[in-house]
Amino acid sequence: MDEETWELRLYVAGQTTKSMLALANLKSYCERHLKGRYQLEVIDLLVNPQLAEGDQILAIPTLVRKVPSPIRKIIGDLSNQERVLVGLDIRAIGHS
Amino acid sequence: MPDQPSSSSTPLSQLPKALTGIEGLDEITEGGLPLGRPTLVCGSAGCGKTLLGIEFLVRGILDYDEPGVLMAFEETAAELAANVASLGFDLPQLQADKKLRLDHVHIDRSEIDETGEYDLEGLFIRLGYAIDSIGAKRVVLDTIESLFSGFSNEALLRSEIRRLFRWLKDKGVTTVITAERGEGTLTRQGLEEYVSDCVILLDNRVIDQVTTRRLRIVKYRGSTHGTNEYPYIITEDGISVLPVTSLKLEHKVSDEVISTGVADLDAMFRRGGLYQGSSTLITGTAGTAKTTLGAAFALAACQRGERTMLFAFEESPAQLLRNMATVGLDLVPFVDSGLLRIEASRPTLNGLERHLVTIHRLIGQFKPHTVIIDPISNLISVGSISEVQSMLTRLVDFLKVQGINALFTALISGGRGQQEIAQEGISSLVDTWIHVRDLEGVGERNRGISILKARGMGHSNQVREFVVTEQGIRLLDVLVGPGGIITGASRLTQHIQEQAQQIAAGQEAERRDRELERKRRVLEATIANLRTEFETVEEELRLVNSAEQQRQQTLTEDRRQLGQNFSARPPDSANGSGA
Repeated sequence: MDEETWELRLYVAGQTTKSMLALANLKSYCERHLKGRYQLEVIDLLVNPQLAEGDQILAIPTLVRKVPSPIRKIIGDLSNQERVLVGLDIRAIGHS
Repeated sequence: MPDQPSSSSTPLSQLPKALTGIEGLDEITEGGLPLGRPTLVCGSAGCGKTLLGIEFLVRGILDYDEPGVLMAFEETAAELAANVASLGFDLPQLQADKKLRLDHVHIDRSEIDETGEYDLEGLFIRLGYAIDSIGAKRVVLDTIESLFSGFSNEALLRSEIRRLFRWLKDKGVTTVITAERGEGTLTRQGLEEYVSDCVILLDNRVIDQVTTRRLRIVKYRGSTHGTNEYPYIITEDGISVLPVTSLKLEHKVSDEVISTGVADLDAMFRRGGLYQGSSTLITGTAGTAKTTLGAAFALAACQRGERTMLFAFEESPAQLLRNMATVGLDLVPFVDSGLLRIEASRPTLNGLERHLVTIHRLIGQFKPHTVIIDPISNLISVGSISEVQSMLTRLVDFLKVQGINALFTALISGGRGQQEIAQEGISSLVDTWIHVRDLEGVGERNRGISILKARGMGHSNQVREFVVTEQGIRLLDVLVGPGGIITGASRLTQHIQEQAQQIAAGQEAERRDRELERKRRVLEATIANLRTEFETVEEELRLVNSAEQQRQQTLTEDRRQLGQNFSARPPDSANGSGA
């Protein structure tokens, strides 16, 4: 399995419903599938707008998988678990 | 916004506009793009949309001190900088000066998965940050439609784009949005629905293998604007739109008169030349010395000390100088002194617009007082009649407005020639129209020159024969023969006949003189005779007289002696009694 630590970044813009939902969804997926192997950084672009350019953020919310490479991006409120897992290339553990 | 115009409170004032600084565009839009509002620039590939956007920003920074943000969806900052470096736009320097901000938006669908709801707030934040970080007043979004390739939720994109434009308006930045032209619509994604303030359409078409670029303002809410298609080209200095037909006829006129360079021709005009700042057309068939007339005009201008520019589309400068030197028009010293500049190029080298722009630019640089284009008809080979017409209109207008003395030559084919030129519309533009032509007579060709029109000046109606001599052009005196004006060999014949007549007349006069002399001599002889006769008579009379006197004397003497003989008588009574 993947031994390295996953680095995930979630870009949000303020405490919007979509952002909160995305954050909640992401946390639940990570706890289930990447427990202890991930770092999650939440970046609020309203606070740090200069960070948007670096990761080419357009849509909000955007989840960026920095490590492992290659960089993957998932936009939206992450409500579809299957798509998020496929998108991040996480093998579903205990998923029936 | 600090620059938010307060004019909204005064509805009658003109819509505030932001000058683009792009040559010609500000004239068509009558002052620039709508200030603080978005403008859509659409066109097919290779039209120069991006360039127009960048130039809008760069000119804004350099000329109007308005910082700008370029959000590029297609090209990276480095690519853009490299692309426009050749136009003299130093994007990295402007970025370093915090006048310009380039933000490349990279969209790669393969990297992005979508799940659930999202919006484009990230784009707003990025743009907002870029604008605020340098206090930008101008924004270019190039090409925002790329978003449609990156996101699948079109409905959301549309609403977000609508929101973006609204938001930009609220921010008070003047925005240029570029978009690719679609089939049957202005833009592929129908962006024109959202940008309703100003829409500029760029068009790039190839007609007869020559690319012509056209610009048209489809819409400009709240403002009048030029409605035509205006040719534009991309020069070394950026985009240049040619709005010349929008000019009003307001040019100043001069009352001064200048020489055509041919003294005899000047004399055909009542005021002895052409008006200063007027435009003159010389038409003629091949080999009728049009170029020579043009060169004479150039020489005259140089001799007046005016800066003169000669555009030659047929001959190289060296060839022209050599040829003109053979007919006594020595232009070389003026070329050397920099007073005369000869620009030679093949007409097919460029499209019409480029020619026009080149002429514009060179005139702008050299600032000549006199311009000669030889021949203007060669330009016709690079475009259709209507294009040429519009171009020539622009050119003539341009020169007139600048107050430049202009002289064009035009080659026309015989017969229908005058019609052709009239079709091209130039004849109605020029002030003076001189026509040179072949006068073909019995086995020879001669050149004839006539003035077809001269606005505001009386002129001769004669077709004058002229010759190109080693001393330049000379018009010959009008010879009226039995069948009208005569030229060439007929002229010579006439001349010889006249000479013969003259000789005959001279001889006749001599004969009469001799006759008179003879008569005089005869009379004189008669007089002498008479005088001699008179003398004879006189002498005879004198002889008679003296004889009489002698006789009287003798008589008296005799009487006295007789008296002495009779001395007793007093002498007096003796005398008296003798009677």
